Parts: sequence; structure tokens; C-alpha cells
Amino acid sequence: MRRTRNSERGTRNPLLRILSTLAILCVTCGALAQQTVTVGSKKFTESYVLGEIAKKLLSDAGFQAQHKQGMGGTIILWQALKTGQIDAYPEYTGTIGEEILKKPGLNNLEDIKKALEPLGIETTGELGFNDTYALCMTEKRAQELGITKISDLKSHADLVVGVTPEFLGRKDGWKPLASKYGLNMSNVKGVEHALGYTALGSGQIDIKDAYSTDAKLAENHLVVLQDDLNYFPQYKAVFLYRKQMPAAAVDALRKMEGTIDEKRMTALNASAENSKDYSKAASEYFATAPKAPATQTPIEEESVASSILHNTGVHLLLVGISLLFAILVAIPLGIVASKRGPLSSFILGTAGVLQTIPSLALLALLVPIAGLGISWRTAVLALFLYSLLPIIRNTATGLQDVPGTLREAAAAIGLTPNQQLTRVYLPMASRSILAGIKTAAVINVGTATLAGLIGAGGLGEPIISGLNLNDAPTILQGAIPAAVLALLVQGLFDTLDRVIIPKGLRLGEARP
Amino acid sequence: MGTTERGPPWTMQNAQMVELRGASKSYGSTVALHPTDLSFAIGQTTALIGPSGCGKSTLLRLIIGLIQPTSGQVVFDGKPVGEDNLLEIRRSTGYVIQDGGLFPHLTAEENVSLVARMMEMDSGKIQTRIDELSALVRIPRDLLSRYPGELSGGQRQRISLMRALMLSPKVLLLDEPLAALDPMVRAALQTDLKRIFEELGTTVILVTHDMGEAAYLGQTIVLLREGKIVQIGKLEDFQKAPKEPFVTEFLNAQRSLVAL
Repeated sequence: MRRTRNSERGTRNPLLRILSTLAILCVTCGALAQQTVTVGSKKFTESYVLGEIAKKLLSDAGFQAQHKQGMGGTIILWQALKTGQIDAYPEYTGTIGEEILKKPGLNNLEDIKKALEPLGIETTGELGFNDTYALCMTEKRAQELGITKISDLKSHADLVVGVTPEFLGRKDGWKPLASKYGLNMSNVKGVEHALGYTALGSGQIDIKDAYSTDAKLAENHLVVLQDDLNYFPQYKAVFLYRKQMPAAAVDALRKMEGTIDEKRMTALNASAENSKDYSKAASEYFATAPKAPATQTPIEEESVASSILHNTGVHLLLVGISLLFAILVAIPLGIVASKRGPLSSFILGTAGVLQTIPSLALLALLVPIAGLGISWRTAVLALFLYSLLPIIRNTATGLQDVPGTLREAAAAIGLTPNQQLTRVYLPMASRSILAGIKTAAVINVGTATLAGLIGAGGLGEPIISGLNLNDAPTILQGAIPAAVLALLVQGLFDTLDRVIIPKGLRLGEARP
Repeated sequence: MGTTERGPPWTMQNAQMVELRGASKSYGSTVALHPTDLSFAIGQTTALIGPSGCGKSTLLRLIIGLIQPTSGQVVFDGKPVGEDNLLEIRRSTGYVIQDGGLFPHLTAEENVSLVARMMEMDSGKIQTRIDELSALVRIPRDLLSRYPGELSGGQRQRISLMRALMLSPKVLLLDEPLAALDPMVRAALQTDLKRIFEELGTTVILVTHDMGEAAYLGQTIVLLREGKIVQIGKLEDFQKAPKEPFVTEFLNAQRSLVAL
């Protein structure tokens, strides 16, 4: 009885009612969250398209499907999959053997399945095409030199090789290939994939690596050189997924098995690159696939304006959060560093070293850390670290620049050390501190594009996807808002200068 | 006053406000002040004078605890100056330096009331005190809303004096307060300073390099050279009975005292 009365009273109390509603909402959200399936993809067209197709299949199967596009290279995706940040992503059998399991020669799907099992990862059957690496040249140049197969290159050591940085470094990449075929080109460069085609067309390079399903092959009149020594392993496309993924989601992914051959994949890739729209290419899969289920919901297309707006919002959030934390941490550190000594050297030195780490290297260091991974947290942490040095250094310098006579005066008139800091030193250093924060903010707006590399969104997303497509308008969708944002941030801080820096410090030099 | 004016300070009958007992200051092998005994009597104005580097500013810094003596001690109002009573001593001391030492980010009034506000003094009392002081140092009330950068050198020194006097200090320390001012402004301020010292009856220690100023404002003059006291007395003592040839040399170098 008492319990009943209590609960009656509870429902009459509006606060309790709100709280219980919230509790129910939370439970509901939790249930929904379980139904979310996140698909990742690598930073190239084919992977994007496969990711979009998977997203669509999962949506149709009733899941809340997310697609984290262009998350970078194999290792980043693999780490994300293992740690559960994504549930599935498209991968190739050759890559699984060589790069992930580090067992060259392991190329049979059954063997791969056995090797993946203890890791909690499973794989679908083959999707139907073999996207192997290949070397290609322009038809014209190949004919001139009479080259049809890779062995023919032996007598052409003067040719310029421009391969993707990944191919340059891979265990099954350029170096072992060159040694197997006895090639001794001296001019071998790392060139980003999409840019490499441009370089090939303009004759800056003679040979580049390609994927056998690459849309650019036909478009640019390129020939694939015959792999006459059978160097390249098989790269048959599959989807890797977590064992914990719901069975219905696995079934959805498996609908792709055997539905895409090389020709079809090349066509889908070409469609994606021509339309600059991955989801449109993905919908072509459904339109042309006889086996595919009828499309129930159209794949949503974001308008350019709303995607710019969305990316800018995410970008600002990344910059804002990281800058806020940097200010909270760097000003106290700057105060400590203003007192010259070993501690000061240590703080400034460490912040300086952080600043010199290239953003890709920093991401590579942060992504494997538990709790960070492929997420906005990693991007914010990286930006936070990059923001520290300008703020620490300017705080320390600003405080050191307070004239000796005024330091003495502050002590002599009877201010406590704490009051000297807050009433005299910090206000007098405010101009310098604010300049440090401004520098950090402007640098951050530019650097935040790195978030696009790890699927954390922002204006880096169109820049990276545009680079991948070799499509200037897409790049500009990210680059122009980023530049405008940098100018706005500059303007905002110029206004803040007038609000925060005490008026007495903004006067001209004191009259004699 | 009659008895005190006759003898040198160390025999003065008055209670002592500040005493140096064998206090010295060295920086490595450089001696800024040799071990020195010196007393400052309550209500007296003492002028410390000497060429640059003679130790007069070092002496002032020792009194207010900006630097610690290498040997000996400083006694302030009967208590040795130490870490524990530093804040108390500084708050019962007024301090004025050459270019005023006003904080550029605060208005004149904020400069004057800063420490009082930190001590959470009643704002009505602060206003009353500022009114009194602006009348005393003859600074128009409306100038107080200006920033130091908007004031003339003379005005800045008057404001700095207001700040020093805000908490009714027992001792006023002035480190070459008028050195950077032009002669007209300096003369006007000297007149006002003399009047203010007499009106308040505070113990004043004034560092200057101008013998005319020392003689005009100080009841006792202490001449220092290379970290040592050379002579203590009045201008006439220096002129009639110089203890060392340096005393006469120093006086001769002060052109304003010599009939041109």
C-alpha cells in the first residue's frame, strides 16, 4: 500500500514525472543505440562506394546505419574494427594476409577465416572481384617503348616511377616487386593516388601503381602491364565484421557476396568519380543488380550548402573544444614557465616538440590508444596538443615582460603574491596571452582538417575526399569555408582585444 | 625637536621607527652595502644621498624587504623584518619610486585604492580617504579617472604619493621621486612634499641625488659612497666640517648650491 501511495505522489510531482520520462527515454535510446551499425571505409573511391552500398543494405534491414567515410589506411580501419568503433569495413584478401595477419601467402578465404576467428573478427564471402595492384602506363608511351609486361621495364631504368606512398611502403609493394623483376629505376617518387593520374597524363611520371578496377584506367587510356612473374597476390574484396554484429546485419552484408565483378566495380567507380557522388554510385548498384532487393528508401543526398554548413559546424566544435581546454591548461603552465629555470625549459621544450610532430604522425600515435581511436576525441586531443605551445609561450613571455620596477612596486605596496599575479602580472600580460590564443585558434582552424583523416568530420572531409577524387570543387567546399573561418576567428579576436585588454594598456606610450 | 636637531641620529632620544643593525648586502663578490648601523627616528625626514651605486636604493629595498640582508638585520617598529611580517610591514609603509610605479592597466583611482580594496576596506571609507588625499596632494578629483598614460609626470608622482599614503603608513619611502621631472614641476612638488610631511608627521626616508632637495626636505642628511656611510648631519655640517675630501667634492659637484 505504502509503495502505491508513494508512486502516486511521485506522479503528481512534476519534477519526478520529468525525471521518470527522462529515464524511459534513456532506456529507449540505449535500445536504439544497440541497433546502430557503423561501417567504415578506406580513403579511396572503391572503398567509399562499397561502404555506401553496405550502409544502404543495413538501413533496408532495419538498422540505423552509419558510414564513416575515408578513415585513412588499413591499420587505422583495422584498429577501429578491433576496438568496436566500427562494426564492418570492406577489405581485400591480399591485404588481410600481408598487412593485417602478417602472413604473406595466406590468401585462401577459408584459411583467412580461421586466422581471424581468435581475433573476434569474421569475414563475408568474396564480393566477386579481384582488385589487385597493377602497374600502368599510358598507351602511347607503352607503345613507343614496346612495353607490355613488367619484365619489359628491366631495360628502361630511366623511367620515372610515381607510386602511392602506401604502395611504396607496403611489404608487397614497390621494393620487393623491383627486386623480383630486377628493376633498377633510380627515380621513384611517392605521389598521392588521384594526383598520380594527373602526373601520368602530363608525362611527369611514366609508371604508376593502380587498382585493377580503377575507373581511371579506361578513362585515361592507360594500359595495365602484365604481371608475368605473378608477383601481385590476389586482392579479392570481402567485408570484415565483428563477431558481435547482429546476425541480421551479417545477412544484410552477405547479400553483396558474388554480386560485383571487376567490370561492375569499375563501372561503379567510374560513376562515383564522374558524378562526384558516392551515394549516387551506390544506388546504381541497386538499380542494376538483378539480385539486389528493391530499393525501399532512396539514399539521401545532402545539398552542398547544408553539407558545408554541417561540416563548418563540426569544424568549429572541434576547434572550440580543443581551444577551450588548451586555454585552461596552457595559461597555468605559462605562469609556471615564466619563472626561468629547468622546469620552464622542460615545459616549453615539451610543448615545442609536440608542435613539430606532423599531424599524420600524431594521429598514428593517438589512434591505437584505448578510448581515443577513430573519433572526434582523437582530433580534439591532437588539436589541443598543437594549441599548447603558442599559449604557453606567450603567457610566459608576457609575464616576463612586466617591467622590473612594476614588479617591485606590486610587492612593495603590499599585494600578496597571488594578488600580484591576478591584479598586476596577468592583466599586464593580457595582450600577449590573447595574441597566443589567437595564434592557436587560427592554426587550429587549419589543422582541424586532419579530423577528416580519421572520420571525425569537419571541413577536412570534403578536402580529403576531393583530393581523392582529384576534384577541385569538392576540395574548395572545404578549403574556402576553412579560410573564411580563419579570417572570422582573426576578426573575432581583434574584437576581443578591445574587450579584454585593459584600456590603460591600449593607450599610446606614456607622455614624458 | 630641539634636542634631536643638535646631535647625530644614533644619539637621538626619540623612539626609532626603523633601524639597520649591521645590515649588509652583497651580490656575489660585489658589495652593495657594507655592514651598516643606522636609525630613523619617528616623525623625522631623513635624506639618503650619494652618487649612483652608493647603496642608497639598496638600503631602501632592505627596509621594505624587497631584498634580504646578507648579514645583520633590519628592525621595523621594534620587530625584525622577516618573511612572517613582510606583508604587514609593506602595508604600513608607503613607497614611491622615480617614475611613480603606477600600473598602466589601472586608472589613477584604481591604483590608489588597489591594496585597500584587496584588504576589503569599506568602499565608503575608501572614497572619503581618496577625497582627503586628492586635497592633500592637490590633484583635481576628475583626473583620477584617467590612466597613468594620460597623465603628466608630475601628476603621476602626486597620484603615486596618494597611493603610498592611502593606508596612513607609519613610514614613507621615496626613491628619487622627483628625479625625472623638469625643474619647475620639481620645485612645486618639493614645496608640496615639505608641507605634506609637516602636516602628517610621518617618518620619511627620501633617496635623492640632489643636495638642494635633501637639505630642503630632510632634517638629517646621510651621505653614502660605495656602500658606506661617509657623513651624517645637516648641510652646514657637510660644508663646515667635511669628514672626508669626498664630502666637499660631492658638494662642489652640486652646481645649484654654488653661486654661479
